Amino acid sequence: MMSTSFKRVIRNALMSFWRNGMVSVATVLVMVLAILMIGSLIMFQVLLDATLAEIKEKVDVSAYFKQDTSEVEILRVQERLRQLPEVREVTYVSQDEALALFKGRHKDNALISSALDELEENPLRAILRIRATDQQNYEPIARFLENGGFDSFDKIDYRKNEALFKRIESVISFTYSVGLGVTSVLGFIAFLVAFNTIRLAIYTSREEISIMRLVGASTWYVRGPFLVEGVIHGFLSSVISMLIFWPATLWVGPRVKDFFGGVDLFSFYTQNLFLFFFTLFMAGITIGVFSSFVATRRYLKI
Amino acid sequence: MIYFDNVSKIYSGNSVAVEDVSFTVEPQEFVSVVGQSGSGKSTLIKLLLAEERPSAGTVYFQSLDVHNLSRSEIPFVRRKIGTVFQDFRLLPQKTAYENVAFALEAAGKEDDEIASDVPHILDLVGLSDKMDFFPHELSGGQQQRVAIARALVNRPEVVIADEPTGNLDPLNTWEIIRLLGKINELGTTVILATHDKDIIDTIGKRVITLEDGKVVRDEKRGRYIL
Ligand SMILES: Nc1ncnc2c1ncn2[C@@H]1O[C@H](COP(=O)(O)OP(=O)(O)OP(=O)(O)O)[C@@H](O)[C@H]1O
Ligand SMILES: [Mg+2]
Repeated sequence: MMSTSFKRVIRNALMSFWRNGMVSVATVLVMVLAILMIGSLIMFQVLLDATLAEIKEKVDVSAYFKQDTSEVEILRVQERLRQLPEVREVTYVSQDEALALFKGRHKDNALISSALDELEENPLRAILRIRATDQQNYEPIARFLENGGFDSFDKIDYRKNEALFKRIESVISFTYSVGLGVTSVLGFIAFLVAFNTIRLAIYTSREEISIMRLVGASTWYVRGPFLVEGVIHGFLSSVISMLIFWPATLWVGPRVKDFFGGVDLFSFYTQNLFLFFFTLFMAGITIGVFSSFVATRRYLKI
Repeated sequence: MIYFDNVSKIYSGNSVAVEDVSFTVEPQEFVSVVGQSGSGKSTLIKLLLAEERPSAGTVYFQSLDVHNLSRSEIPFVRRKIGTVFQDFRLLPQKTAYENVAFALEAAGKEDDEIASDVPHILDLVGLSDKMDFFPHELSGGQQQRVAIARALVNRPEVVIADEPTGNLDPLNTWEIIRLLGKINELGTTVILATHDKDIIDTIGKRVITLEDGKVVRDEKRGRYIL
């Protein structure tokens, strides 16, 4: 009995989907738009994350050591830093390397190059380049170095750039919350449009719903086909959206790659094919089933 | 079996459709409800099917207060009542066959039972050659006969027919009336709402006469008097 009526519900859903031809096509199209929107927002989030991550990646601070500090001493400090949970990476740049880097940076400037050559001693100090696990962790790292009683430690350039650091941090978190806010608002609008389309389609069936009830159908027997149709709409529209995303990301991906932190949307698409499809599919089914459920509710009161 | 207890129905906008109506229908009775257009016949049927709620009073079906049943209980009452609606109420997206089959499917009947009963009942109302036609492809009288087939196919305990012959020619009309008489003889309670004087006078069974929503006459072997 249970499986018989389940079979009938499925059959009625397929029949109704087929016989409502134009309405079904229109519903799927509107849902495709909504799901394209949701998918684009996911991609936008990926780009935003990559960009922000890249900006963070470029940020580091340098701890300078006094001229005559031995390498052993510096490596000892490096080891201490590494043990801090706030520290992600510490790179040692020796005096010689610092000089080489400096020369490289100023190789076009004859004056500086010749001035350096005249000096007998290396004027540059050894550096530990520190990357924190999080933007906010530079402050405690700076304090650790300043108050840790390291005699060889000279200064950290975090203090000089502190204001800039704080600013980058607030810009990043601001961008992130704006991005999230815009994404949720647009996603919600896309959902509302699809929801109202389905509601309208079911509104045209309100008469049929009441007839079915009056000849003795249970609420679930009447509602079931609408919910299954919601699943069909969700499935078809997510598949169509996936098919559209392929050429779209193939075209857009390389063009925005350099601008957004080197993430290629097309490789994101191919590498996350199943997860991406699953997300869109779930979004589609949720929209389809939820809308059908809510829309049928008032006509089932009879 | 059916008991209207001081039932009134006032639609929104104080249009009084039914006022203080009380009557009982016994099992296996054949009751005709007559009255001018707008006297409240269809409203009584809507009240019995719980399509509308009464403004006052109680409607009982087999001693159940039909307006006190939950949304999941009400289908079981409706499956015992086969209704021919005045405006047919066929499902426009389904063929004649599917419309009749729907009542059986919704009641959870087996496939083989449906496959044998539906063609049989459609044959009985003279539509065996129109089974795969959609309602909009059928004439008014043919649609009405599909509605009759749907009401009868479930072998309900009560058949309610609201003006079931309004669109039929005299020959078909008498076919349907004979059919209703026959299922009544076989034990089905029948409630027939109609304007048709000839039918009422020929049947010679109980007649309830409505006037402006009130019962003005209820006679065991009634005639059509307005
Ligand atoms: N949904 C409604 N809203 C407001 N008034 C209604 C509604 N349905 C019916 N009425 C009113 O109730 C009264 C009775 O209507 P009903 O349909 O019961 O009459 P009837 O006896 O079946 O008439 P007919 O023989 O023409 O079918 C009418 O005056 C009608 O205007
Ligand atoms: Mg009527």
